Amino acid sequence: MSERRLPPVTQLGMLSLALIVAGVIYLSAHLPEHVPLDPAIALLAASSLLLIGNVAVLWRTEGFNRRRFLEVAKWALLAYSIIAGLIEYVFLRNNTSGGPLVVLTLSLVVFALTVPVLIAFTVARYDEPDPAGGQAPSSD
Amino acid sequence: MVIPDFEIVPRAGLPIVGVVVVALVAAIAANKLWPLMFLHVVAGASWTIIDLFLGFVIGPILGKLSVPARIEVTTRLMPKMVLLMPTVVAVTLAAGWQLSTKLGYNLTSYQYHGWVVASFIVVGAMAVIALGLLEPANIAVLTELKKPRPNPEVIEKLMKRFIYTAGATGLMQVATLVIMTRLATG
Repeated sequence: MSERRLPPVTQLGMLSLALIVAGVIYLSAHLPEHVPLDPAIALLAASSLLLIGNVAVLWRTEGFNRRRFLEVAKWALLAYSIIAGLIEYVFLRNNTSGGPLVVLTLSLVVFALTVPVLIAFTVARYDEPDPAGGQAPSSD
Repeated sequence: MVIPDFEIVPRAGLPIVGVVVVALVAAIAANKLWPLMFLHVVAGASWTIIDLFLGFVIGPILGKLSVPARIEVTTRLMPKMVLLMPTVVAVTLAAGWQLSTKLGYNLTSYQYHGWVVASFIVVGAMAVIALGLLEPANIAVLTELKKPRPNPEVIEKLMKRFIYTAGATGLMQVATLVIMTRLATG
């Protein structure tokens, strides 16, 4: 099986996911009591940077099927947004507010973006290169 | 290679998922003990049993089947997993958090709070493996099988990844069983 050389998207995505999950565990271990937010913010920032960097590197990769990537990512994003929404709801239901709510919400946003990137990359990496020359597809 | 017709996401299952999600939201909104306990225990037990069964029973059997038999099983089993696993995981977590809030288990003053946090860590580790490796492999295998000329090597590689990660999460589920029985018995 001849595989094209692609950036380590899965490894970086797993690291990003691990960091954001660690942040949510940290918040959950303290809530509903007072939570010092600095560790959760640091984990959120590191995870977000990895996610952005991962997508940026992937987008510049020659021969990667972006059309297939986006096709899969949009449905995965829908599914994981619902899951993240359910988790957000249960925290809202229990009166989480202020700084912890903001950090938690942003963490769930990063979670809901990271998983689709991992799924869509795993699918698209085994596809033939995009016939459109690897350009991002038009919004059809 | 003869591949049976299948849907990557079985549309017939979507209404069932919708009903479960509505039941979950209603149970959290009502904040009554029995519905929360029911959803958490049923979904959590399903998650644990499916992981253990896939990792230690179905996985090794699947690895020894002939390629046509493996494809037959894969195209029937894996689309169901695409809907089933995210649903049971979401229900277990959301109902579990509401239940622990109602019972006071997530307060740091709770006697066994350390065990509760340990369960978060185990679930977190399982989530990273399942969402980062297992679920993408599941979808990618099905997508590959939908192609006019699927690549057997890609399918083999992704199936191995699926089976090994299912085994890893199955092992971690043993830790979940230890923690949950400890919490239930006090």
